[in-house]
Amino acid sequence: MAEAAKMQVSDEVAIQITGMNKWYGQFHVLRDINMTVQRGERIVICGPSGSGKSTLIRCINRLEEHQQGHIIVDGTELTNDLKNIDKVRSEVGMVFQHFNLFPHLTILENLTLAPIWVRKVPKREAEETAMYFLQKVKIPEQAHKYPGQLSGGQQQRVAIARSLCMKPRIMLFDEPTSALDPEMIKEVLDTMIELAKEGMTMLCVTHEMGFAQAVANRVIFMDQGQIVEQNEPKEFFNNPKSERTKLFLSQILGH
Amino acid sequence: MSETHAETVTFVRDTMLPPVLPPVGERGAVKWLRENLFSTPLNIALTVAGLGAIWWLVTASLPWWLNSVWNASSLGECRQIVAANAGEGATGACWAMIRERWHQFLFGFYPPAQWWRPVLSFGLLFAALAPVLFAGQKRNLSIILGVVAAYLLVTLYLASAPGLPFVLALVLIGGLLALAQMMPGRLLWFTLIYPALCFWLLWGGSIWSPIVAMAGFGVLYAVFRLASPLIGLAPAAGAGIVAAVLWWLYAEAPVVSALHGAFPIFLQSINSDQFGGFLLAIVIGVTGITFSLPIGILLALGRQSDMLIVKSLSVGFIEFIRGVPLITLLFTASLLLQYFLPPGTNFDIILRVIILVTFFAAAYLAEVIRGGLAALPRGQYEAADALGLDYWRAQRLIILPQALKVSIPAIVSTFIGLFKDTTLVAFVGLMDPLKGVTQIVRADIAWKGIYWEPYIFVGVIFFLICFSMSRYSMYLERKLKTDHR
Repeated sequence: MAEAAKMQVSDEVAIQITGMNKWYGQFHVLRDINMTVQRGERIVICGPSGSGKSTLIRCINRLEEHQQGHIIVDGTELTNDLKNIDKVRSEVGMVFQHFNLFPHLTILENLTLAPIWVRKVPKREAEETAMYFLQKVKIPEQAHKYPGQLSGGQQQRVAIARSLCMKPRIMLFDEPTSALDPEMIKEVLDTMIELAKEGMTMLCVTHEMGFAQAVANRVIFMDQGQIVEQNEPKEFFNNPKSERTKLFLSQILGH
Repeated sequence: MSETHAETVTFVRDTMLPPVLPPVGERGAVKWLRENLFSTPLNIALTVAGLGAIWWLVTASLPWWLNSVWNASSLGECRQIVAANAGEGATGACWAMIRERWHQFLFGFYPPAQWWRPVLSFGLLFAALAPVLFAGQKRNLSIILGVVAAYLLVTLYLASAPGLPFVLALVLIGGLLALAQMMPGRLLWFTLIYPALCFWLLWGGSIWSPIVAMAGFGVLYAVFRLASPLIGLAPAAGAGIVAAVLWWLYAEAPVVSALHGAFPIFLQSINSDQFGGFLLAIVIGVTGITFSLPIGILLALGRQSDMLIVKSLSVGFIEFIRGVPLITLLFTASLLLQYFLPPGTNFDIILRVIILVTFFAAAYLAEVIRGGLAALPRGQYEAADALGLDYWRAQRLIILPQALKVSIPAIVSTFIGLFKDTTLVAFVGLMDPLKGVTQIVRADIAWKGIYWEPYIFVGVIFFLICFSMSRYSMYLERKLKTDHR
């Protein structure tokens, strides 16, 4: 089965998930997930809370373990092998709802830490890369401050830059704007849209339907740990097939 | 509410109000007095009662302090002088006892001709601590080293140190001062060799014993470096430890005697039973503090580990040590341990006590640090994982710096507790400053009956040391405060 799954992975496939199941104790959180992500694809995952969407993307870099099925990221299957896990993690960037910057380090140190210690990049070079990405998320002047001195939106942009410094091939976003004030959501979304334009493979759990319509190739709707519906954004929003999706969309777009 | 003026009538402010001071009763000393001392009838009563208590304490003890006697050869003579100066029935402190016996409070029965050795070790202790306490801060490092140099100049002269060590010590401090200007990071090397140097200075004997013992760590490192490409990190570390232990058990003695035969450099040997007073307390306290922190960190991490054996060993160790009084452990050190060791091994009593005091503090520290680890949000671990940092790097770079920072007040409390607990070694026959030395002084016919003075003297020194630790921890907290909450 593992061999068969590997065979199907072409160069074009970034993530392949087959027959994946996950339980928290007795609770069946993810049920028979099958999904393939092509390189360069931008996928938005939405669904009611508790539907397992965060758990799904956290399985992709093994922050959560799956108990059944296969997850192959960039040609490496996730098993208990720590080497494979570290390899996948260094290729996959992740942005969290609560930013999770390291409060005891400056912004610049936050950005250079992983390149220096994981990628063994010389400090000077790591700092240049860090400044390049800070430039890109438009806050180079904050480099020597501490995370606690920045606004939420700025912190989230730093978190994005921190992931980018590892030169990841895939980016995961776990509700990146849910903890932000409305005025700051836009600056973070703009950063993400720019990233999408450059062809980054992105999986994004979000309720920002405008973002989904603007950049996603595909929208996945999850409920009760299952993929209920997936489609191109236009079709998904204008012509949802399942009753559950219709109900969700009416609630989320209704006001 | 919709009838209010501002909402019904269009309003534009055209003059901005300048800021004014609060009313007189609401600022400065008046406000402070009113709020803190005289806010309610109960508070007024408590304030008056408190002032009364302070007045009573001062008037009751002031004559005793004012009538202090510094020059006398016995308690009886002290009393005569007080009676002569202040009249029959007056009380007065008899500090003459401190003047005569201060050296026992500081050194115990350490031979007077060798006092320069503990004095020198004590000065160098600060030179060794400074690079750890004030890492990379040139100005603070230079100040401390300068003070140490001045201290050594005076105390070594007073202790009439022989010429060669006197000169060597000053050259050493001068070198460290120069190093602090150019490469403050390198000062840590002195911190690393200080334990061996201090051991040699205090206990004496051949200089080769500590050097060859330290070489054991060199053996450990060399074996680790050579073996790690061949057999991997963990087995290489194991092999290194085995090699080092073999070195200490079998190679050390012959190598030392060979080197000693070739180059006999030695100091007069001092036995552990001649140690006493604050020399003993500081040796045990500083060593215990230094080693209990890393052990405590490892135990705290072990307790959180997913590996069953590591976890149960850590939990077992912590719970056992915390469940037993320190005095029990000290008795174990002084009596039981000897039964379990092969006959003929002479395992130094101070060393045994240090080991158990260290374990005792480490168990408490482990729980304190576990609290710090628990205070970190889950997201910090996840972010470190998501960036691909492995366990030890994540701990060292992300988790521990934050967890230890949160735990600083509790860690320093544990250290202060450890230092004060060193007085408990009196129960295994060592001469601690509080009970051991005081008892010896009070057993002298000349000072029989003296009561407050030795305890006040010892208490003041303990207070100074513990208070400095507490102030340092507050400084450290301020320095590391980066969260801007």
